[in-house]
Amino acid sequence: MSQPDRLQVPGGLLLWMNAWFSSVFFMSMFSAELEEAAELLSADPGASTLSLASSGPAGSTRVDLEDEDDFGQESSELLGGEKQTSGFWTFEYYQSFFNVDTVQVLDRIKGSVMPLPGRNFIRHHIRNNPDLYGPFWICATLVFSVAISGNLSTFLSEQGDPRYHYRPQFHKVSIAAVVVFLYAWLVPLAMWGFLTWRQGTERQTGGYSFLETVCVYGYSLFIYIPTSVLWIIPFEWLRWLLIVVAMVISGSVLVITFWPVVCDDTKAAAFTTVAIIMLLHALLAIGCKLYFFQTAVHAVPVIPTAAPNRTTATQQDH
Amino acid sequence: MAEVDEPGKPLFAGLSDVSISEDIPVEGDISVPVGSQNVDDVFSTLDEPVKDTILRDLRAVGKKFIHVMYPKQSSALLRDWDLWGPLLLCVTLALMLQGGSADSKEDGGPQFAEVFVIIWFGSVIITLNSKLLGGTISFFQSLCVLGYCILPLTVAMVVCRLVLLGFTGTISFIIRLIVVTASFSWSVFASTAFLADSQPANRKALVVYPIFLFYFVIGWMVLTFSPSQ
Repeated sequence: MSQPDRLQVPGGLLLWMNAWFSSVFFMSMFSAELEEAAELLSADPGASTLSLASSGPAGSTRVDLEDEDDFGQESSELLGGEKQTSGFWTFEYYQSFFNVDTVQVLDRIKGSVMPLPGRNFIRHHIRNNPDLYGPFWICATLVFSVAISGNLSTFLSEQGDPRYHYRPQFHKVSIAAVVVFLYAWLVPLAMWGFLTWRQGTERQTGGYSFLETVCVYGYSLFIYIPTSVLWIIPFEWLRWLLIVVAMVISGSVLVITFWPVVCDDTKAAAFTTVAIIMLLHALLAIGCKLYFFQTAVHAVPVIPTAAPNRTTATQQDH
Repeated sequence: MAEVDEPGKPLFAGLSDVSISEDIPVEGDISVPVGSQNVDDVFSTLDEPVKDTILRDLRAVGKKFIHVMYPKQSSALLRDWDLWGPLLLCVTLALMLQGGSADSKEDGGPQFAEVFVIIWFGSVIITLNSKLLGGTISFFQSLCVLGYCILPLTVAMVVCRLVLLGFTGTISFIIRLIVVTASFSWSVFASTAFLADSQPANRKALVVYPIFLFYFVIGWMVLTFSPSQ
């Protein structure tokens, strides 16, 4: 155990007993897991070392990071801790979330596209410096790339149809914006709330702050940008293949990040959490594909209600 | 008072023995002669005809348009910022984007309000982004630059509408694509020429990318404008 752990053991013990009582109350609904709760308490002092051991051969370097984490955790729970110098009404407070250079942003994007099993995205790339630049602009780019690519693919797929008149379909931008930004902010909020609740009030076992959760979700969406551009290619099997590849890559970024935190929990809860993460991610990808990249159905005759809206196409090249 | 300057005699030598007795009234009036009102006239524009006021503002806007079209390292855009030009350009662009294929309200091009929101909200967000990343430019200066650099895209919109009147089919699309691409790169180049210097060196790309995205979206709106037939 590192030095700060020793200092916090008496206070931590009290808090853990509190957490144990509350978790027993919740887990009394699952009677089979009461023994697991007792095991959890006895395993807690070593929980940090367990997560270190599972993160691979670079465990020795992780010890330093864990030390920094523990020092930073006396501060507020919502944020990284060391940056809590100004109040939230000052400009400098928000400036601390944009404290990244070009090289760092590119490095984080690379880490989100090439997940390696040993490298926890938050520990390795974010390193206590979560930023809001990446998540925000990746979401904005994704909104426009999905809307524009969807418009292009609709145009390409209906090009042979003489009844088709090109429309910009600009309302899809609004819908894409709502969907993407809700996903990128509400799901991390729920995930962070859930993880914090599961660990009681103590965050020594390496829980992530809210901003780090938002950060990892935001960067994990990056892979969908080139995927949405490639979805213009009008082959269904290619589109589904691309969805599977993108989901595997970004899902594994999320799973590798969150697994060390939930694996201390009961097996059922851990697997349920991971399954829900993957499910929501899959829903986003498949929903985007189905809504924005609808394939034209040529076999269906002209629907009478749509007939007055169709104008003779003058922009088609024959 | 005897102030005779006789050579050899010191000035005001005779004043030392002059005394003012109580029965000489000291009176007079202090009035500012009319000629010194000129200083106030320069700053007070209340009395000038309205035509002068409007023309002065229009000339300032026009001068900034020229600075945008030939971006040199001049600080006129930054120093004397104003938001009339961006407003004019935004309204013109939004009006020209109307009248598209709006046969069904949902599938058409951007509505007037959507163009307005994208341009102004987008400019505000980009300005906030550059300030949060440590830029030294002021808020309204940045809004001014981003708004004025929409000028090439507005010109492209005019050209596109003319092309759509004359040509149809693939040729019109290719011409429009070339025009929009050229004006989009002009806008990005012009705005980065003005804004990039105020950023720290290791974050320039982080600031330029949102500007690129902003003009790309506006260029997309211009390119995909298809008139109703």
